[in-house]
Amino acid sequence: MISIDDYRRVASPGAVDMLLRLAERVRGRRLLHVSGGRFGGGSAEILHTLVPLTTELGVETAWEITGGDPGFYATAAALRAALDGGAERVLTDEALDHYVEMNRVNAKKLTLDADLVLVHDVQPATLVQHKAVQGRWVWRCHFDCSSAQRRAWTFLRPFVNQYDAAVFSLPKFSRRLGIPKYVIAPSIDPLSEKNRDLTAREVTTILRGLGVAQDRPILLQVAPFTAAEDPLGVVNAYRLVRKHYAVRLVLAGTGDSDRESRETLAELREAARHDPDIMVLELPPDAHVQINALQRAATIVIQKSVHEAFGLGAAEAMWKGKPVVGGFAGGLTQQIVYDVTGYTVHSVEGAAFRLRHLLNNPELIARMGAAGREHVRRSFLITRHLTDYMAMLIHLTR
Amino acid sequence: MSEAFQFIGCVELRQALDHRARDERELLDRLEEVPAGSVFYHTHGYFLRHRPITTAYGNDFAAWAAVQVRDQVLAERLAVINPFEMGGLEPLREELLSVIHDHLLHLSSVPRVELGEVFHFQQSHIVEVPLGPAASTLAEFRAGLAEVDSSAIYFHMVEARTRLGRRSGDFAEWIRSELSLPDLADRIERIDTYMTSLERVRARVLALIDAALEEAGG
Repeated sequence: MISIDDYRRVASPGAVDMLLRLAERVRGRRLLHVSGGRFGGGSAEILHTLVPLTTELGVETAWEITGGDPGFYATAAALRAALDGGAERVLTDEALDHYVEMNRVNAKKLTLDADLVLVHDVQPATLVQHKAVQGRWVWRCHFDCSSAQRRAWTFLRPFVNQYDAAVFSLPKFSRRLGIPKYVIAPSIDPLSEKNRDLTAREVTTILRGLGVAQDRPILLQVAPFTAAEDPLGVVNAYRLVRKHYAVRLVLAGTGDSDRESRETLAELREAARHDPDIMVLELPPDAHVQINALQRAATIVIQKSVHEAFGLGAAEAMWKGKPVVGGFAGGLTQQIVYDVTGYTVHSVEGAAFRLRHLLNNPELIARMGAAGREHVRRSFLITRHLTDYMAMLIHLTR
Repeated sequence: MSEAFQFIGCVELRQALDHRARDERELLDRLEEVPAGSVFYHTHGYFLRHRPITTAYGNDFAAWAAVQVRDQVLAERLAVINPFEMGGLEPLREELLSVIHDHLLHLSSVPRVELGEVFHFQQSHIVEVPLGPAASTLAEFRAGLAEVDSSAIYFHMVEARTRLGRRSGDFAEWIRSELSLPDLADRIERIDTYMTSLERVRARVLALIDAALEEAGG
């Protein structure tokens, strides 16, 4: 069981003490998280760590999840995709009414009484209609809803405006609302399986298990196999780099059953069939330690997204001391400090140029890697995330 | 018996506003409308957030002009505005507006974001956190200052002066009134907090205190 004191060896000096002092001001208050599930997605992943830590800090913390029938899940997923600016989805009035009705049933089943209720993302969002008079309710939006489809946003906005406040990961992810909008960036847990220290031997053993040779510099992208993450653009950038450097390209991610993902994966496999230095690794969702080892073995990590939410893969790589070449999208521009911890690029050529630049200047790789780790230590670790939540708890429940 | 000094650290709860700017004309218009707290956030607050790993621009407006709009001229002109010398947030806002307005007068087209990011106005709520044991003597104060979280330097030297109206800053004020060391207080009050880091400010205050302690001991 990880304790708050364990973070002293990885967080910025004084960060844990600051957290303990903040917690003194909210000891005994009740914090409730409500989400659509306990698994899948970065928000659930981080809640598994946040909930026990806030409990240890003296805040009575609970975590409830909403449930329903297949129609409820399908509508919530379609609504989320439409709010994220994805492909046009059919959202009928009947389906939306059913989604709202299922959350009415959820509200009866769940214990929603707390000083601060944090409702995460779309699936439980309409629970706010059933909030008690006491306690403050906050909608925690983990995605970019700035380009939401109009019909979807018109449906959700009246519910969101019933909250006392909303939280977005970046100002640019938010939309106009009649309530305060706070900004809290997500975080990584440095002590989790995905980010904890690994010995060189562990890394080698895991890479051997995955069939990844370590005889040349490794360029790595860890991301879903979708057009938004531009893995084919990464292959093209690698091809430009390969003319000058003997490197290996590893594309690792979890496959999806949708058509786009299957087509992208097929194209990548075709590219790999003609080039033994390209490796496509389809990993299960719980392959955390494997991703950890791949990131540690990489020379440079690529995150060449063209559409991205916050994209914490960059922070994970920087925590392992790797420079990151990332797309100019989502939270990557926030995480990658240009020319200090890596580069944000706008094109395949830009990615290739920066990869070559780094490969040609190994001392730069080391310097940027070290700067990236310090940047993450200060801005993207779970201790900072907890500090922000404590500050919000103090501010909203005083 | 003098009153003990309690170090206060702080945490910023950031709040996004509905104001944004895609070009320098919009920056001018929105800057005129936003709450004074937003002017504070993007100027004084820069020192709490800025880390020495990145290029220093002095405030968020100058950083945006340089990095996102790529207008180095405006960036330079905004960067030299010292928020600590303006005598308040409204005079500071006026100075920023004047500089942007004058800059635009000399251009045939308005510089705008092409590939960069739009400017999002924000403000923040400061949550105060008492840190460490209270100090009753200069030696205890020195020991506390050496260890305290750097946000306490920001709170006592920047937040106290600008938003809380304690013009000398808390360190100088306590040393003057409770320890009766006016010369040391004056020297601390004169430290230039602009275009430096909180750690450098800490080091300067510590150096002044060390000199005073040595003088008193010698």
